[in-house]
Amino acid sequence: MSGDWNQALARVPELLAAHVQLSFSALLLAMLICLPLAIWAARSPRVAGIALAVASLIQTIPGLALLALFYPLLLGVSALVGGGISAFGFLPALCALTLYALLPILRNAVTGLTGVDPAAREAADGLGMTAWQKLRLVEAPLAAPTIMAGIRTAAVWTIGAATLSTTVGQPSLGDLIFAGLQTQNWTLVLAGCLFSAALAISVDLLLGLIERGIRERERIWAGAGIAMIAAGLAIATLPSMMARDNIVVIGAKGFSEQFILARLIGSRLEDAGYAVRYRDGLGSAVVYQALAAGDVDVYVDYSGTIWTNQMQRTDSQPKAVMLDNIAQWTSATHGVKMLGALGFENTYAFAVRPEDAREKSLRTLDDLARVSSDFTFGTDVEFLERPEWRMVQDTYPIRFRDARSFNPTFMYPALASGEVDVISAFSSDGRIAANNFVVLEDRKGAVPSYEAIVLLSPERSSEDRFVKAINPLIGAITVANMREANYMVDREKDKKTPKQAALWLKDKLKE
Amino acid sequence: MPVSGPSISLQQLSRHYGTVRAVDSVSLDIAAGTLVALVGLSGSGKSTLLKMINRLVEPTSGTIRIGDEAVDSIDPHILRRRIGYVFQNIGLFPHMSISRNIAIGLELAGEKEGRDERVAELLDLVELPQDMASRMPDQLSGGQQQRVGVARALATRPGLMLMDEPFGALDPVTRDNLTDQYKALHDRLGLTTIIVTHDMAEALYLADRVLVMEGGQIKADATPAELLSGNVGEEAEALVSIPRAQAAHLIGLGKPA
Repeated sequence: MSGDWNQALARVPELLAAHVQLSFSALLLAMLICLPLAIWAARSPRVAGIALAVASLIQTIPGLALLALFYPLLLGVSALVGGGISAFGFLPALCALTLYALLPILRNAVTGLTGVDPAAREAADGLGMTAWQKLRLVEAPLAAPTIMAGIRTAAVWTIGAATLSTTVGQPSLGDLIFAGLQTQNWTLVLAGCLFSAALAISVDLLLGLIERGIRERERIWAGAGIAMIAAGLAIATLPSMMARDNIVVIGAKGFSEQFILARLIGSRLEDAGYAVRYRDGLGSAVVYQALAAGDVDVYVDYSGTIWTNQMQRTDSQPKAVMLDNIAQWTSATHGVKMLGALGFENTYAFAVRPEDAREKSLRTLDDLARVSSDFTFGTDVEFLERPEWRMVQDTYPIRFRDARSFNPTFMYPALASGEVDVISAFSSDGRIAANNFVVLEDRKGAVPSYEAIVLLSPERSSEDRFVKAINPLIGAITVANMREANYMVDREKDKKTPKQAALWLKDKLKE
Repeated sequence: MPVSGPSISLQQLSRHYGTVRAVDSVSLDIAAGTLVALVGLSGSGKSTLLKMINRLVEPTSGTIRIGDEAVDSIDPHILRRRIGYVFQNIGLFPHMSISRNIAIGLELAGEKEGRDERVAELLDLVELPQDMASRMPDQLSGGQQQRVGVARALATRPGLMLMDEPFGALDPVTRDNLTDQYKALHDRLGLTTIIVTHDMAEALYLADRVLVMEGGQIKADATPAELLSGNVGEEAEALVSIPRAQAAHLIGLGKPA
């Protein structure tokens, strides 16, 4: 247990620094946008109406969706201006969080400014104040406590929402939460939650102190609050000031196999003398674009994913042809090098409980189609939107009674407990064998092949030392070993970290 | 008695709000050093007329001159710094001390020298104790706050004072006191003052000259003595008859049965 804590705590300073930097920048940017806008809005009810309506609308978009939206948006912008804008990491996270922080700041600032006693305004005019003097001497000081309360709310929201920025490749305390949730390492989840909550609470208290100082006109409180925030900011961002040149960034999507393979690649690169950093929990679409843009140097994807998502192909081809086509396409379109296949497949596999398979004699997807109207379908969050599901539906007359989405961690227990009757499992997942689940055969070949393949960014493609370090992994991993490694991380008892599983796998490589 | 206040001249001054003529072609000359009361019912246009003089309200047509200068030839905030303005809701700045409230006009004018002395002098002038200077507005009573309002308006030594129902929200005793004291100040400083009130008794007591407004026009223009003697029109008579009847009633009550 204490080992888990040490492992979690070791990652905290760097993640905390990134978290603080991101939230603070977003808050600052939101203030820079909102305060002038609020001054304008306070003078024009129409502007106030429009600005507040837009800010409220943004607020109704879930934080995760907002982050996801910025990804294609920034790609588009980057394409328009001829590249150079990164849609990965800090920038999309900053944009989304800034938008998220707008509403409380804007609403409170407008309320504060329009709520200034009309008599004070009339006196200011009667005394001959200019508009600027009136703002500086009367309106701003009288609205300040309300504005400060809005900033305080925004700060707490932003710090909370920043945990979601992990999904677009921006490190934050959310890295601990996402990784822990995926591998069922509750210590990591707890550490992530505790530190982000502690950060939010302390920032809230300090901003509260400043708010009180302004409200009661006690400069000492406001001064003390500002000083402590400045000190906290300096301390928190210190780790990120350290030099970081030529660090290899290894991408991973949000499940155990990806974490393990990333660490396997990382360990080989470290052996070759590279410093490495991991970006875990990236979305399928995000990670490929990040690789093409050079924000990620290497990651493992699956042939079927590139085939359907990136290449938009809907036809079925033999494995070898598919790999050839992919290698040509990635190289020609994005300069991305497909180094090769690792040697195992991780495809979508429909799995059922052994007793159902026995009693209802289920062996193939045709058998599943026969009983599908009585079955509830459990999937990961993206499967129902994926082309593979359409391909399956086009090939087999499957119509489920109901469908539910899960984080992969919870999908297997849901099948075991009877909450759902069939799941879209991953064929290399150790929990299939561990639960004796039966995988139904896709005899008509509806689901394309999902060979695990290593992809390199354009920049690293030509780097000999880099390619040599990873090359021995090609064709060296069997599906049995991958399942075993996955199960080490996913199982409840005697859990291993992705790194430990990666080291185990490293010993099992086929020569 | 030094006269430092300016004369004021209004020429065919109008202010329309849509089809409503709040002020309807008013022409008027006010001699320097006069204390003029503008009396009328709510909506008669008296406040609108007053606020056009310091350009808090812009006229639809017509001209206003203060001394020789047309007010629309001066930047509004420069104009207003030369005119004292006191109104019913006082509008002290709640986040500033009394002393800073009083000196705010000097602060706007960029006068740094002698602010404290001027504040002390003004506190004396409006008969407030010196230790008020460091207090905050919410620690003062309504009457004390309006004394500060008057002091603030006088800080930059304006010649012209515009007062919009200045004592309307105060209790009768405080109000009577302040009315008396202001009249004395007006005379002592040689100001030109225009005071808007709906209270004819106050106007009769305080002013050198009473203007009765109705429907945006001036219906009567007379000294208090002339008003009381009658024959100045029915609008004025309607307003004057109230204090007159009250006074008669009070006198009647006081007589032994």
